[in-house]
Amino acid sequence: MKTVFHFAKLVIIPVAMLAFVVLQSMQSTATDSELPAAEVRIDNFTFGPETLTVPVDSTVTWLNRDDVPHTVASTDGVFRSKALDTDDKYSYTFTKAGTYEYFCSIHPKMVGKIIVQANSQHGR
Amino acid sequence: MANEKLTATNPSGFIEHDHNHDEIDRRGFLKCMAWAGTGAVCLVQGGVLKSFALRSHGSHTKVGASGLSFVQISDSHMGFNKPANPDVIGTLKAAVDKINALPQKPEFLLHTGDITHLSKPEEFDNVDQILKATGKEIFCVPGEHDVLNADGASFRARYARQSPGHGWHSFDHSGVHFIGLVNVMNLKAGGLGNLGQAQLEWLAKDVKHRKHSTPIVVFAHIPLWSVYPQWGWGTDDSAQALSYLKKFGSVTVLNGHVHQTMQKVEGNVTFHTAFSTAFPQSAPGSAEGPGPMKVPAEQLRHVLGISDVNFVQGRHALALTDSPLADM
Repeated sequence: MKTVFHFAKLVIIPVAMLAFVVLQSMQSTATDSELPAAEVRIDNFTFGPETLTVPVDSTVTWLNRDDVPHTVASTDGVFRSKALDTDDKYSYTFTKAGTYEYFCSIHPKMVGKIIVQANSQHGR
Repeated sequence: MANEKLTATNPSGFIEHDHNHDEIDRRGFLKCMAWAGTGAVCLVQGGVLKSFALRSHGSHTKVGASGLSFVQISDSHMGFNKPANPDVIGTLKAAVDKINALPQKPEFLLHTGDITHLSKPEEFDNVDQILKATGKEIFCVPGEHDVLNADGASFRARYARQSPGHGWHSFDHSGVHFIGLVNVMNLKAGGLGNLGQAQLEWLAKDVKHRKHSTPIVVFAHIPLWSVYPQWGWGTDDSAQALSYLKKFGSVTVLNGHVHQTMQKVEGNVTFHTAFSTAFPQSAPGSAEGPGPMKVPAEQLRHVLGISDVNFVQGRHALALTDSPLADM
């Protein structure tokens, strides 16, 4: 029994280390190539999700699925779409970490937030 | 004089007769009662109701040489083509037919904004073309849908070339002072409609030396009273604007934006929101949001319409009659 246990440790730890290395490289590969698309869906006078958290260098795409036009306007003037009719899209790439509050300049009660997190390549 | 208001929820509250002038016939009065339930409101405040538009057919109605009749239309959203109304051209043309059939001919039209849906040139052109058939001058203020491009430059180039700022202006007609305000520019995140300091200063100057007896009509797109802030149905700095108008004996505020008729009386001020000619919106809080409300096709023209406004010299109140397109 003891022998088996020790043997298991000998096998499991290297396997785990191998897995760790593989995962790390997958992560690196991910940061080098295109990040998964981040989407905000506009419908029924709402940005969904209202708060979206993404890593830095992400491109966020807003898609208007409502039956009236909306805009996407950052409160700090960092980005601003033209009027988006139904099925129109607007994309912005966030190259700096931070919190970006925005609203619809046509219907200002509609508000949203993008939280852009600094990317740490060496693990946390 | 007692301030009585006749509303959809208080249809039996009344209205003093005026026996010295044209009679309000019983049919007209009963029709008013019926209409009160469908959104048309007869209103008296500080005086006597004169609602000539309610007159039954055939009788000769006269506002008189010192009176005034005009029409408010709103929210034509030219360019909208979704299920709530795939034919906003047709319904606007029906509004024009209705205007042309009024027994008391209006002097002019007031359009309280959202003329277009996307501020496109062809959308503005279409509305101009269709409204030409009334043969009347049109005074308008922009809605938020009219100022989507270049900070509202295309609206101003068409309708407000002479006006300061974003297109606010005033004019006089038949002794009534009309003030067009713009509350759809520079809107702030999380906020409501906004008049802004420059416009408020202009307004204060505009009314400063006018006699208290001058009837005032203010027209602006977003309501100047707090209809339903959660849906953006209100104006952040309207209280300041209204404070400049406190001294006047008769103030009527005509708004659009909410696509349904509503009325409120506060002292000497009557607030009124108009039907859209394009599509209805839900009653405040009764739906998830303030967007277009779909109704069965046969009901659509019952929830779109115009407002006929009559003023008689010597009377405090303007008589406002909301009239659905379906009532011809």
